[in-house]
Amino acid sequence: MTIMSRDYTVPPPPSAPSIEARGIHKAFGSVQALRDVSMWALPGEVTAIIGDNGAGKSTLIKIIAGVESADEGEVLLDSEPVNFTNPESARQAGIETVYQTLGLVEDLTIWQNLFLNREIVRNWGVTRTLNKTEMRTQAKQMLDDLDVYIPSVKARVRGLSGGQRQAVAIARAAGWSSRVVIMDEPTAALGVRETAKVEDLISRLRERGLAIIVISHNFDQVLRVSDQVWAMRQGRVMAGLRASDTSGDELVALITGAVAGAPGSQSEGSTNV
Amino acid sequence: MNTVTPDVAIPWRVKLKDPYFWANWTVVAAFIGFFTVFVILEPDKFLTAFNVNSILTAAAVPAILTLGQAFVIMTAGIDLSNAAVLTLGAVSFGVGFANGLPLIVCMLMAVVAGLIAGLVNGILVAVFKITDFIVTLGMLSLAGGVALVISDARPVQVIDPFLARLAINSIWVVPILMIIALVLLVIAQFVLTQTRFGTYVLATGGDKEVARAMGINVRRIKISVYAISGTLAGVAAILTVARIGSAEPAVNTTFLLNSVAAVVLGGVSLFGGRGNMIGPFVGAILLMMIVNGLTVAGVPQYYQYIAVGIIIFLSAALVRNAK
Repeated sequence: MTIMSRDYTVPPPPSAPSIEARGIHKAFGSVQALRDVSMWALPGEVTAIIGDNGAGKSTLIKIIAGVESADEGEVLLDSEPVNFTNPESARQAGIETVYQTLGLVEDLTIWQNLFLNREIVRNWGVTRTLNKTEMRTQAKQMLDDLDVYIPSVKARVRGLSGGQRQAVAIARAAGWSSRVVIMDEPTAALGVRETAKVEDLISRLRERGLAIIVISHNFDQVLRVSDQVWAMRQGRVMAGLRASDTSGDELVALITGAVAGAPGSQSEGSTNV
Repeated sequence: MNTVTPDVAIPWRVKLKDPYFWANWTVVAAFIGFFTVFVILEPDKFLTAFNVNSILTAAAVPAILTLGQAFVIMTAGIDLSNAAVLTLGAVSFGVGFANGLPLIVCMLMAVVAGLIAGLVNGILVAVFKITDFIVTLGMLSLAGGVALVISDARPVQVIDPFLARLAINSIWVVPILMIIALVLLVIAQFVLTQTRFGTYVLATGGDKEVARAMGINVRRIKISVYAISGTLAGVAAILTVARIGSAEPAVNTTFLLNSVAAVVLGGVSLFGGRGNMIGPFVGAILLMMIVNGLTVAGVPQYYQYIAVGIIIFLSAALVRNAK
């Protein structure tokens, strides 16, 4: 099987993107994590970012989510330049992140997790108290909206399966996000059935018109659920392709460097670590 | 596929299998068990109004310290300095009293001394990232030392009619001192279960990184719990002065050990993240009741320490198995 040589020039967004990164550079000490990275994600689409370990995927989403800041370049939210200094400011702008490991507090209940740091309170003047009834009702609604089945929102997270936990984490992100949901390897720790459920959940978020950015190692999954794919290698974007217009072989070739990728992506000093 | 999440009450059958349920109720079961045993062993001496009153009087100060310790342990920290901070508070009170300051000012001095010591603990732990164990061990020595310096190592007699009434009076068999402790329990439980702060305390202890990722100011929560523990030690200092009638410069480390033991007995995880205030409070009274019951039954004091030690092991094992 040979892969056709084609033009991998990073295309401009076909319509107004929810989130766009332009010319991002980021170094950690002497390690250049991102070099001139540009990408975009459209509303109502699932955008996948693929690449080997160390390709810069996580750094890129951390910059979008406000966890890290870029050395150079800019991030645009709905075509407006934004400069998030912390995750909270990104969150307030409507960007939610489902972290691979930093998910839920196990000893708290599901509703407490869904409303963590966003508690609904009653104001009594001198003090504010938690409106638990309202939070439980809304938590149930958040899960029902996404057809997530959990016996009771009063259950503690510790007793949930991996798939249920991920569903709760995604429901939380979906419930609070107005624009962009970022997911870092959402199915990495899950079995086949649970993976299917989470993919189903991702499709439902897409129907809501959110821009969904998914980091994944699973090419089959990427081709199955995503609309747009960004392939990264050694801190650069190799290509931005429509999922319908590519194949697993082509994606593998791009992230391993078997094909050249976008012009300029073959850096002079790039070494494989 | 349209699944509906039924919002039903959790049935008893499920509750009985929940480790949290057992962690919370072990102490109550133990309390009832020991109570029954003592009533059977010493029916005439144990369950008298006088004896119950003296248990509750002795338990008030440790119970208040336990509330502060519970807040700290819920964030996965520990406060080894509470007994020494109590002494510092008591001595501050005594110095004020000896200099003829009004009683209310003396009380404030005790509370503020506790608050300051707690804030120093919290800042060293949360901002300077020094291990809680080391920080509060240092504060144990520091507060104890400062107490000796400012009191010149001498107790100050505190004779005041208001404090005397506080220490002696009771409503039915419940001493005023215990009523103060109960009021603090109600406030602590309210803060823990009904406010954002309480949720953040448990979130910080349950998973600091997740809490931070969700935008919770973990540092502020950590400083706050140590400040609460110090402040409560200051309040406990006032009660101690009232009860003894003097401000003593010696540190009673049994208070410290019992506060940690009561928190563990009360079902709070030493790793943080879960628990309530009622369990530790009952635990503090339970420890006092055991010591009292054994005394009434004629068991020599040294054996009482052994008994308390064994009970702590057993409760820790029970809670551990439940998990």
